[in-house]
This record gives sequence, C-alpha cells and structure tokens, in this order.
Amino acid sequence: MASLHFIIILFYLFSSAGYAIFLFAQKEIFHQISYRLLMAGFVAHTAWVGYEAVRLGTIPAHNLHHTLCFAAWCLAGVYLLVKYRFRLNMLGLFAAPLALVIMIAAFFIPEATAQPSQIFKSLWLVVHIVIIFIAEASMALACGTGILYLIQEHAVKTKSNRFFLKRLPSLEFLDRTGYVFIAAGFTLLTIGLITGFIYAQLVWGRFWSWNNKEIWSVITWLIYAALLHERLVAGWRGRRAAIMSIIGFAALLFTFLGVNLLMEGHHDEFTRW
Amino acid sequence: MTNLPDGNGDDPLMLPDIPDRNPDPPHIVLIGINHKTAPVEMREKLAFCPDETANAVAILRNSPDIDEVMIISTCNRVEVLFIAKEPSRAVLKVFSYLEETRGISPDILKTMAYVYHGDAAVRHIFRVSASLDSMMIGEPQILGQVKEAFKASVNAKSTGVVINRLMHKAFSTAKRVRSETGIGGHAVSISYAAVELAKKIFDSLDGKTVLLVGAGEMAELAVEHLTRNTAAGNLLVANRTFASAVALAERFHGQAIRLEEIPEKLKIADIIISSTGSLDFVITVSQVQPIMRQRKNRPLFFIDIAVPRDIDPAINKIANAYVYDIDDLQGVIHENIETRQAESVKAERIVDESVIKFMEWLENLDVVPTIIGLRKKLTAIAEMEVAKTLHALDHLSADDRQAIVKMTDAMVKKFLHDPTLFLKNPGSHRNKSVYLNFARKLFNLDNGND
Repeated sequence: MASLHFIIILFYLFSSAGYAIFLFAQKEIFHQISYRLLMAGFVAHTAWVGYEAVRLGTIPAHNLHHTLCFAAWCLAGVYLLVKYRFRLNMLGLFAAPLALVIMIAAFFIPEATAQPSQIFKSLWLVVHIVIIFIAEASMALACGTGILYLIQEHAVKTKSNRFFLKRLPSLEFLDRTGYVFIAAGFTLLTIGLITGFIYAQLVWGRFWSWNNKEIWSVITWLIYAALLHERLVAGWRGRRAAIMSIIGFAALLFTFLGVNLLMEGHHDEFTRW
Repeated sequence: MTNLPDGNGDDPLMLPDIPDRNPDPPHIVLIGINHKTAPVEMREKLAFCPDETANAVAILRNSPDIDEVMIISTCNRVEVLFIAKEPSRAVLKVFSYLEETRGISPDILKTMAYVYHGDAAVRHIFRVSASLDSMMIGEPQILGQVKEAFKASVNAKSTGVVINRLMHKAFSTAKRVRSETGIGGHAVSISYAAVELAKKIFDSLDGKTVLLVGAGEMAELAVEHLTRNTAAGNLLVANRTFASAVALAERFHGQAIRLEEIPEKLKIADIIISSTGSLDFVITVSQVQPIMRQRKNRPLFFIDIAVPRDIDPAINKIANAYVYDIDDLQGVIHENIETRQAESVKAERIVDESVIKFMEWLENLDVVPTIIGLRKKLTAIAEMEVAKTLHALDHLSADDRQAIVKMTDAMVKKFLHDPTLFLKNPGSHRNKSVYLNFARKLFNLDNGND
C-alpha cells in the first residue's frame, strides 16, 4: 500500500502548497484548487482506510503507522465537513499541512507485521476509536482556530501586521468557531471515554485501572471541561480561550502519543512500531 | 481670439474688434482651505452648515463682481468657487465676507488659503470631486458632498451656465475616475477604515450597539457608515450639550444619553466612537476594566477620532478591548496608498483631459469665438449649397456665378447682423454667458462636444 500512501501524501502536499499560495495571493481560485486537492487526497485516503479495514477485518488502528494514518484521515474528513458548512478557508492552511506531516511521519514508520489480536474485534472498540479520533480532529481544528485567533488578535492589537489582518476572518468568528469545535470535540471526547471505559470493563473486567493512559485522558478531559465551564460561566473568550484550546490540544497530543511512547500503559500496542 | 480668419472687412458688424468684445470672459476663481493647508480649528471656524451656505452664496452672488458662486464645505475643506467679472476685486470681496462672518482676518486666512484661477481652479474642482485631493485619496464620500453643495447653490439660484457646466463635468470626470481607475476600490476614508476594522473584530455588525461620544462631523460620518452596515443596531449618543445629542440621536433613530451614563452603557455598547473636544480622557482604563467581566469579555471596539484623544490608549492592553485612534486608522489606510499611487497617475490624466475639454468650451463661451463660429457655420452651409447649385447650372456665365456667390455672402451677413449685435450687448444687467451658451447650443457650435 506504499504507492497509495505516496499518492495521498502528494495530494496533501499539493493542497498544502495551494493553501500557502492562497495565503499570499488571496485569489479564490487557489483556495478552490487546494480544497479540491484535499478532497481528492481524502478520497484516496478513504480508499486506503477501506482496504486496510477489509484486510485486517477491523479498524486499521492497531499500530503506530495505522493510528497516524487514521488520525490524518479523520482530520482531513472533519475539516472538509466543516469547510462544507462554514467559511473557514484559512483553516485549510492549518489542516492540510498537519494531515501532510502526519502522513509523512507514518510513511517512515514501518508497519508492524503482527496481526491484531482478537480483543480488537469488538464493536465497542471500533466506536471508541472512531469517536475519539474524530474528537481529536475537532480539537486539532480548535487548536488551529486558536492559533489563527492569536495571530489575528495580535494584528488587531498591535496595528502593525496588515498581512494577516486582511486575510483572516474576524476575531468574533474565530472565537465562536473555536468554541464550536471544542464543544463538539468535548462531547465526542466524553462519549469516547465512556465507550473506552465500557470496553475496559468488557475486556479487563474493570472500568478504571489507574493506567497512565486513563489518567492523562481524564486530565485532558478536565482541561477542556474547565475551558467550557469558564466560557459559559465567567465568559472566558478570545485570547484566553484560544490559549486554552492550544494547551488542551497539547495535552491531548501527549495523551495520544506521549503517554504511549514514554510511559507504560495498556494502549501501547496501538502505537507499537 | 482677436485675429479673425479670412473675413472681408467691409462690414464693421462682422468684425468685432477688441473694445467691442466681452471685456472679461468668464473668469473662474476658487478660494479654499483644506486639511493640507489649515489646521482643524481653522477649518471648523470656516465651515458652513447647509443653512449658512444658502445664505452666503446669496450674499456673495449679489456682489457686482461675482456672477456665479458656490460653496463646498466638508470637515476637510471649505472651498468657495465663483465666476468673477473682476477677479481681483471679487477675491477681496470673498475674503472680506469671510472676515465679517467668521472673524478671520484676511491676513491670517491668506497664509492658509489657496487661490486658483482659470484652468487651475477647474483642475482643482475636478480633483476634489474625483477624490484625488482627499485626505484619503479615493474616498467615496466627497463626490456626494460636492453634489449636495452644488444642489444647495443651485437651489439658492447662485449658479449659472459656467458653474453648472463645470460641476456636471466634475461629476462625469469623477465617475470616469471611479470606473476607469482602481482609486476607490479599497477601504479608504477614515470611516470606511473604521468599519473595515470593526468587521475584523466582529463577525457581523448586525445588532451591535454603537455608542457615539461627542457629535462631531467625522463621528457622524462614521456612524452613517456603521448604520449602513448594521441591521437593527442600536445607537446611543452622548454629548456634553444634551440637546445636540438628542438631535443627532433623532437623526439616526438612536437614544440620547448623558456623559455621566457612559460607564454604565459600556456594558451594552460594542463599538464606541469618540470625538469630543475634551482635553482629558473621556473613557479611562479604570472604567473599562471592571466592565469587561460583566460583558463576559465580549469584544469592545473603541474608535477615537478626537484630537487630543478621548480614550486612554492603555485600554488597548485590556483583553478583548481594542482602541484605534485617528493615526492608527490612517495607518490602516496607508497600506493601500502604493497601489493607489499608480492608479492616481491614470486618474490625473483623466482629470487633465477633462480640464482641457472644459477650458476649450469656456474659451469658446465668448462673443468673438461664438460669432466666428456662427459665421463659419453659416458660410460653410451657404458655400456648400452654392457649389451644389452651380454644379447643376452649367449654362451660367462667370458673372452670373459671381452674382450668386455675392448674394449668398450678403444673406449670411444679414442673417448674422441681429444675433451679433445682441450677443455683443444682450443688455447691461444680463449675464452674457447664458445667451452665448444658448446661441452655441441653438446652432450646435460645440459639435455635440458635451
């Protein structure tokens, strides 16, 4: 599947380049092309996911190579879906390269040859993985929106950088979109965690085992919960919300990769390589 | 205009010599001050409100030295455009009128005012209308302001043939500049810049509450733009003199408040436009800081167009509060200046073309060229018809032919006799330009060069 993987990378690469050109040239045509390229990449990516799923008989997320590819697929898919609904063209500048980087990283990580063990073939697990990955994609986009917010806020505050001021959408829009991403991501994260606990109960006979992965998952969840709570109660908007969404995503990334790679835990097999 | 082409000089009526011609062809003069030549205090002092304009043009028009007059007064400029019989006396008349009514001595005024004559005045008025002389080149409001000013002067019956034509040319030139160059393409005037910025802070301006502090002209313009961009937004107007706050609020369907209520209203306002004459800050950090929590950090956008400033710039450091003063807004506009520079070359060329065409028309709007034009036209018709007729009459002798040519020449002269006399002296109190213009139109002497 290396050739298909390569094709996906090419599509994402050209899409990223297109978004970069769009950033400077601001011609709608570049955005259209980049969007179509990303879509083409996503179609190829979907073919890859389908092929692997059929080959393995389950969701392709049982080693680091697969996990990364699947994460990139979710990211591209969620962005395309969001883009279809909202005018968030500039976020492609964040989503496309991120998907590209993940796919390139995955390209250099050899695929583990071991067949997935029997415990992977559970509906709860599939639901858990799909929901968590979509939540992560949503949080990634929230982080991207947060970064755009900080850039735009800096431009408005300092009155110096007209480059971004002209190109990025309004602060209010970025703030609200980030909130939508986090609200959606948080809901999915919650459901994903619950399905994870149920699955743990089914496989290991207990919901909670003080595992590193579990602890970090809950920490991440708490960060986002705090962010949402403060927003609703104390009106944490704008800059603080944007920074929190970046911090939250950093915690999420650590939970996703860092814990598996640096600490011992029961998700290790997902990131084995 | 004095040497006549190929005329037979036997009829004195046909050869208007120098003393007979209109001693002063329409002389266009423009006296003005703008943002480049005079500080805002001076411009404010000179500015005419609409009622004053009507009054002023009526008074100036009654001066024996001034045939037509019009006044353009905006926050960036005051321009008095007039057609003078005797330019130097008319200029003095305008200066003394301004001294009487505005209390500005001509000596001071002369250091700031520019006085343009003839084609320089025409060019200036074209450039002003085309927004090439604006503080923000290309800003679209000026054309509307000039049109309003013209309308006011027309209503006061102070304009005539020359100014009417001049202004119509100014409008069409401005239109050409707008459509053929990219000058008006971007966010340009201060108020445009403010609205553009507001759109970078707020997703939509619909339903946003605008608080106007002070009732200056610039603030009014900004509000006009904002309200054009906001559907069902609220407007609050605060002013030191409550009555003018009420008046302005009424105009924009807003609500007047007192200055003391401002801190309270900051809770509900989203965009604050301030333009008071206050020497101290009207809104301070200590007023805004506690409000942000109550607003749940919804963004607050301060537009400070007052000099000295009304809004403490330190407020910009508060999260979700943004302060732009007039310099910042101009910085926003400066961005576009380079591209506009190239476009303005094109625009100046269009203006030059229009000036040349207008001056051509104006120079022809004189007794001599009109009579020459009339005679040329009639002679040409007569000669053509004679040639046609003689061509068909081969049997005529040379003498017969000569007689027919002579007859037509005489007819042309007789036809022209009365019109020439009339155009030279239509009556002592009458404006010659009107009749000249009419004669030129009646005989289509400007060849549809309209």
